[in-house]
Amino acid sequence: MGKAELPLHAPGTEVDRGYIGQSVPRPNAQRLLQGRGAFTDDLRFPRLAHVVFFRSPYAHALIKSLDLSAARRAPGVIAVLDGRAVAEYCTPWVAVLAHLKGIKSPPQHAIAIERACWQGEAVAAVVAESRSQAEDAAQLIEAEWKELPVVVDMDEALAGKNVIHPDFADNICFKREHDTGGVDDVFARADVVVEDTFHFGRHTGVCLEGRAILADYNAAEHSLTVYHATQAPHMMQDIFSRHLNIPEANVRVITKDVGGSFGIKVHVYPDEMATAAISVMLRRPVKFVADRLESFLSDIHAREHKARVRLACSKDGDILAFDLDDLTAIGPYSVYPRTSGIEGNQVVNLTGGPYKHQNYRAKMHVVFTNKNVCCQYRAVGHPIAVALTEGIVDLAAQKLGMDPAEFRRRNLIGDDAYPYTFPSGIKFEKLSHHKTLDVLLRTMNYAALRAEQSELRKKGIYRGIGLAAMIEVTNPSPAFYGVGGARISAQDGATLRLEPTGMLTVLSSVTEQGQGTEGIFAQIAASAVGVTMDKVRVITGDTSVTPYGGGTWASRGAGIGGEAVLLAGRALRSNMLDIAAAILKVDKTELDIAGNAVVHKLTTEKKLELAELGRVAYFRPDTLPLDFQAELTVTRHYTPRQYGFTFTNGIQASYVEVDPDTGFVKLLKHWCVEDSGTVINPMLVDEQLRGGVVQGIGAALYEECLYSPDGQLLNGNMADYLVPMAGEMPDIICAHVETPTMQSQLGAKGVGEAGTAGAPGAIMNAINDALAPLNARVTAMPFTPERILQALKKVD
Amino acid sequence: MEHAVETTLTVNGTRVTRSVAPRVHLVDFLREELGLTGSHIGCEHGVCGACTVRVNGEIVRGCLMLAVQADGCTVETIEGLSDSKELAPLQKAFHEHNALQCGFCTPGMLMAAQDLLRGGKKTRDEIRAHISGNYCRCTGYQAIVDAIEKVMHGQG
Repeated sequence: MGKAELPLHAPGTEVDRGYIGQSVPRPNAQRLLQGRGAFTDDLRFPRLAHVVFFRSPYAHALIKSLDLSAARRAPGVIAVLDGRAVAEYCTPWVAVLAHLKGIKSPPQHAIAIERACWQGEAVAAVVAESRSQAEDAAQLIEAEWKELPVVVDMDEALAGKNVIHPDFADNICFKREHDTGGVDDVFARADVVVEDTFHFGRHTGVCLEGRAILADYNAAEHSLTVYHATQAPHMMQDIFSRHLNIPEANVRVITKDVGGSFGIKVHVYPDEMATAAISVMLRRPVKFVADRLESFLSDIHAREHKARVRLACSKDGDILAFDLDDLTAIGPYSVYPRTSGIEGNQVVNLTGGPYKHQNYRAKMHVVFTNKNVCCQYRAVGHPIAVALTEGIVDLAAQKLGMDPAEFRRRNLIGDDAYPYTFPSGIKFEKLSHHKTLDVLLRTMNYAALRAEQSELRKKGIYRGIGLAAMIEVTNPSPAFYGVGGARISAQDGATLRLEPTGMLTVLSSVTEQGQGTEGIFAQIAASAVGVTMDKVRVITGDTSVTPYGGGTWASRGAGIGGEAVLLAGRALRSNMLDIAAAILKVDKTELDIAGNAVVHKLTTEKKLELAELGRVAYFRPDTLPLDFQAELTVTRHYTPRQYGFTFTNGIQASYVEVDPDTGFVKLLKHWCVEDSGTVINPMLVDEQLRGGVVQGIGAALYEECLYSPDGQLLNGNMADYLVPMAGEMPDIICAHVETPTMQSQLGAKGVGEAGTAGAPGAIMNAINDALAPLNARVTAMPFTPERILQALKKVD
Repeated sequence: MEHAVETTLTVNGTRVTRSVAPRVHLVDFLREELGLTGSHIGCEHGVCGACTVRVNGEIVRGCLMLAVQADGCTVETIEGLSDSKELAPLQKAFHEHNALQCGFCTPGMLMAAQDLLRGGKKTRDEIRAHISGNYCRCTGYQAIVDAIEKVMHGQG
């Protein structure tokens, strides 16, 4: 370990980087382009039953009675079930982790029993021969409710006048305090102290494909096959096994094409658990696909923070300390099995992350409310930590009269300071803040842009430039979940098999949601073995077929799963050379593999086609030495261990124009410079960044789940909940610095969440830069025209 | 049993006749009755564009049209326009630019893009405006605009 430089071939060979670093189009995109993918809802099964859910219309209410009789008599209905009936087949869960000390959550059932705690919580299931019949029958359920006090406001939840769960003394799910000491002293001595409070709206993932599950129980085998749009098939295999009481070996989770996930599809959902339980109960395949309206009510929501942050600095512009108080609300339950304490925990870990100060104090509360549950969604905690850090950093620069870029340059951790331990306790292997800042300022032509901004202001045009530096958690070790007792794998595996025809089959435990996992694994495998990419087939998403592993989350697929593919590829290559040496009766060290053939290492003269190697190894091993056994299937695994997380860094910039008459923000351009270590496929990395930035733009400008005081979601549809569409989006310029991690031979860090992490902070700073001459400032996302006009005191 | 209406339409060049309940949407009919699962269902209220198909030469939301309304119509879906190669230049450009990630919006996006191509050359802003009825959560749209622009200017 520790050898990060390329080439990616067996030690001692002289070959180029192969496909690593090449913008190769994804081979698996072809079927999707023709509408010939296989999303879960596209699958067809005999005797398939459809389940829909009757959901609570109240945010908090006792179920006094449920009359299911009329629904049961409706045409096509197979079963109508309440929470108790489903609980006989599915045990409840409690979402806590041992390393989040003190976290608490009540037991949660697949279908609520006695009490509903948010509007949209399922309280009954209707199973019918068709979905429309099930939906018709669900209308016939008669429920009697007793409304209970509703807690929707975070501060009220924290105050605890009304406690949601009777078994608890308060509404606090989790709290954490962190203190390096000395913070009060530093603030007392500091020349400059700035403080502000930032609000972050609750929003949600809006995957275009709704959550989808098709569970198929075989009573004869007591086996369950689940076709599931999930990011973590092995995690779900374990969960189905334990909660449905089926031996794990009898549970198979198959993940076909997934229509977007972004963290939405990595959690345990009660309605999905109910679907699997009902398949067992009814001994037939059962499908549930969330429609758009119930997606808004039941897909996890995320964010919803109120954070007060203070920054102390010297008159020369040296940042001395950060002081944070974060409050976040997560709905009535911590979400299983990852918990809803991680996001707040991340905010504590990451706030102030790019800077050199040594004093840091943080206080954070996670509280229960009667809204839909919240949990980890793309960039978990990062957009909050980055925005409040960069927002307060800009305020300090403004107070000092320093240029924001220069203020950052002065305070960013030096590129030669690594390894480095940040005051929150997290460790950085090697980051490149100053290099990325330099590349950004050069790429965007910062000085010219400032000059243009200044000129336009004279004409009454208000443009703003906003910067946001960031650090990002990627490639997590077991420190994320495993140490807390969650049965979530931090390691991943890859199996490579040379087929008799010379084709290469790759099986990986990382899953594909469109980010390009299968494409980059084909690139790595082809490069490591020495074949062309058209010879490679990649298989993911089947617990019965692939090695065991964690799947896709926390920007880990390329760095962890990719390393496993590389290690397996190198081992297979070595085995192939052993066979070639035996066939050709030459020393192995004289041979190499390139272009689908064994070649002479020095002359590159072709010695043996791989198809011929395969033919001999599989069909004529009698021609090989008696004591020689060919091994053309190799499995390798990888887990990062030296560091808890492989941090990346990056910096973004946003250029906006604010119309002070209408409050509208026009996004003119966006830049993103990222150091994600070894770049395997530049095009795919850029597209991850761009897609992530646009998701962050949604958070900054448009998206918010709005609730009424009695806990009703007011805009739970795509007409009222605004998402970024093409017309409003800017072009996004990407650039890279490459600092490979030395923990792996591949050197790749994660990139999938970077765009989402940094964009909201950059846009907020750009808007405030535009508004500065008008003495206005916004700190509550999303920055709607109404909020901007309020800041300008043009509306109430 | 719900009252059903005999409906005959031509889908991707093949004449089909079915008894259809009047409330069935065109996209549900295509997916459930004909097994053409390339047209996707994203919102069922006409916003996301994932179900975009072509009816009598015009693109429509498959979730805002009833199957019985398509009686006597010619319907083309992603499967048909792939086989006829009409979409081949766009599909190639989308592939080369990675103008798709999860691929769920892609059939509808291609339908909308092809509709634009039939109207001659457009600016980048006009391309963005035209596909603003098609939601993509993955790409951020830039690669899609790039791919359409490339085909529009004859480089596809």
